[in-house]
Amino acid sequence: MKIHQLSLAEVRVRLAFQGLRIPCGPFNVSIHSGLEPLAWVLHKIYADFPIADESAYVDFEVKLEAPNYLRKFVRKQVSFSCDGRIPFKPLPIGQAFPMLEWGLNWVISSHAHSYLVIHAAVVEKNGRALILAADPGSGKSTLCAALVHRGWRLLSDELALVDLVSGQVLPIARPISLKNASIGVVGALGADVELSPVCHDTAKGSIAHMKPPAASVGSIALSAKPALVVFPKYAKGTHLFSEKVGSAQAFLEIARHTFNFSVLAGDGFDAIGRLIDQVHASRISYSSFDQVVPEIERLWQETE
Amino acid sequence: MTAIVANPHLLASVLSKPDLAAELDTRNWERLVWQSRAAELMGQLHHTLGSTGNLDCAPEEARRHLDAAWTISEKHAVAVRHELRGLQEILQPLGVPVILLKGAAYCAQNNRASVGRIFNDIDILVPKSALPAVEERLTWAGWFATHTNAYDERYYRDWMHEIPPLEHKNRATALDVHHTILPPTSGIRPDPNDFFTAAKPLAGEWSFFKVLSREDMVIHSACHLFFGEFHKGLRDLLDLHALLTDFGADSEFWDALLDRADHLGLTQPVVDVLQQSCRIYNTPVPASIRGNLQKRTSTRWPRWMRAWLFEHALRPNHSSAAGISTPMGHWMIFARSHSLRMPLPLLIYHISHKLFAEK
Repeated sequence: MKIHQLSLAEVRVRLAFQGLRIPCGPFNVSIHSGLEPLAWVLHKIYADFPIADESAYVDFEVKLEAPNYLRKFVRKQVSFSCDGRIPFKPLPIGQAFPMLEWGLNWVISSHAHSYLVIHAAVVEKNGRALILAADPGSGKSTLCAALVHRGWRLLSDELALVDLVSGQVLPIARPISLKNASIGVVGALGADVELSPVCHDTAKGSIAHMKPPAASVGSIALSAKPALVVFPKYAKGTHLFSEKVGSAQAFLEIARHTFNFSVLAGDGFDAIGRLIDQVHASRISYSSFDQVVPEIERLWQETE
Repeated sequence: MTAIVANPHLLASVLSKPDLAAELDTRNWERLVWQSRAAELMGQLHHTLGSTGNLDCAPEEARRHLDAAWTISEKHAVAVRHELRGLQEILQPLGVPVILLKGAAYCAQNNRASVGRIFNDIDILVPKSALPAVEERLTWAGWFATHTNAYDERYYRDWMHEIPPLEHKNRATALDVHHTILPPTSGIRPDPNDFFTAAKPLAGEWSFFKVLSREDMVIHSACHLFFGEFHKGLRDLLDLHALLTDFGADSEFWDALLDRADHLGLTQPVVDVLQQSCRIYNTPVPASIRGNLQKRTSTRWPRWMRAWLFEHALRPNHSSAAGISTPMGHWMIFARSHSLRMPLPLLIYHISHKLFAEK
């Protein structure tokens, strides 16, 4: 069963009582919340997500609730907790959905230690994965949204999960997080782009989430083999600049972006080595989709 | 099976009777993993199941969480030993005694309580007279205070048993520097010299550091747990169970422990620990000792109320272990820990400040 097969009222009831059980990367999470606006956004943005059946193992229980009784009524706030642990400070109630998204990213990056957890967007074509690894603010989510809109399959806009044994990238296909000017840019890609309401004044500025395409969500069981790593850098007004990155440099960059590198230690080192051995790697600076997308497609053809 | 489902002490039951693992269904394995995550006991659970041959009972989905927790605990021990080497280098030239407390002590001793255990802060105890020099050396080595407003500074300096918590500027490791084991505002003021006199130097690589004598180690952990808010109550009690099991192999330990607690004026928390540890983990406390515990103390609270309170305090902080009385229990535990730590006028002042002045 998919979330869109439930009415909004049914989603609300599940959130308030037995929990809404959805896949989250390698895990199943059970989401609990009595917060009114959250149910509405979840119902819209997670519409195509499957609901884990009763027999499925639930890895985490996550809750979004007021941090205390007072904050249910006065200057309302929301707090994210996962199995009794609270990784972030409470936020104003209006930021409940971004907080859920940050919380679910935290759940994956702090626990998915059977994988390299790389801070990167991943898209797929023909069973092969393009990994976009970059620091925050480099435009990787925006670029990811543009590629997805052009028909690439979304694996993740934020976390590349590379299996330590098979080397395959595991799909997450959760909503794409967009900041500030990117919201308008992605909204203008086409009428078929669905965005959540914009949350203003978050720690990261204005935030909205793009609904992942139904086809991407429908393929979360299909992993992909890494083929190309790109280190993108958006800079306003710049000319297109593209250069190959050597294996050693690519290794160091990927290690720097790997959240659980210190936990995995030797196993992580070996896994990054195997990843780098099977991909091409490039660094691209750009100021428009018209520059960067053809360049990525050219590099992609070289890998085939 | 349903009996186990309804049990808020699923985690404690499996830790004390690991063979129960063979009877758990998927729903119970989920709960066990959640509860051990909430209680920060997953590494210890992995060890307990592994050392009794029960780890293979875990379904694959639960097993990967247990294995990851074990890996993390091993990395954690390496990181803690690295920090201790650094602290040794920084503090050795001062020529003052430095006692490792709690997790850092267990880790340096490599004792039973350290197995699978992770912790957030390294705790050390130094003589109060040495604090300025210790703080200066630590600052030069990159350890800075994280709570820097004037109120927090006063809270720690005037009222607490430790200086404002420090954090390393590059590694973000947390370090708590104590000068005694209880907040002076609690009204119980054991002489810190007692602890330094009885402390034992560690062997080998860590010989610069000392640890509390075995009786003081139990008493300190008991105070930490039973004067606190029980955030990691089940974990701290498992530490105590491990210490008591190890030290208790020497039959002279039990009388020495209770005599020492009487001497320091800390009999109540020790009695509480022995009773609760027996109740939850079946700690092998000799019957002759157990039988006489109740006579040793008297409290203002009726016995049933304390039992009710500890029953709530020592559950994992997870909804699967909670009931309708849980919020009430937590509120009373919060109120109790603060009333033990400071006199009422100071408590009102402190809570008013936290509620209004800092918002």
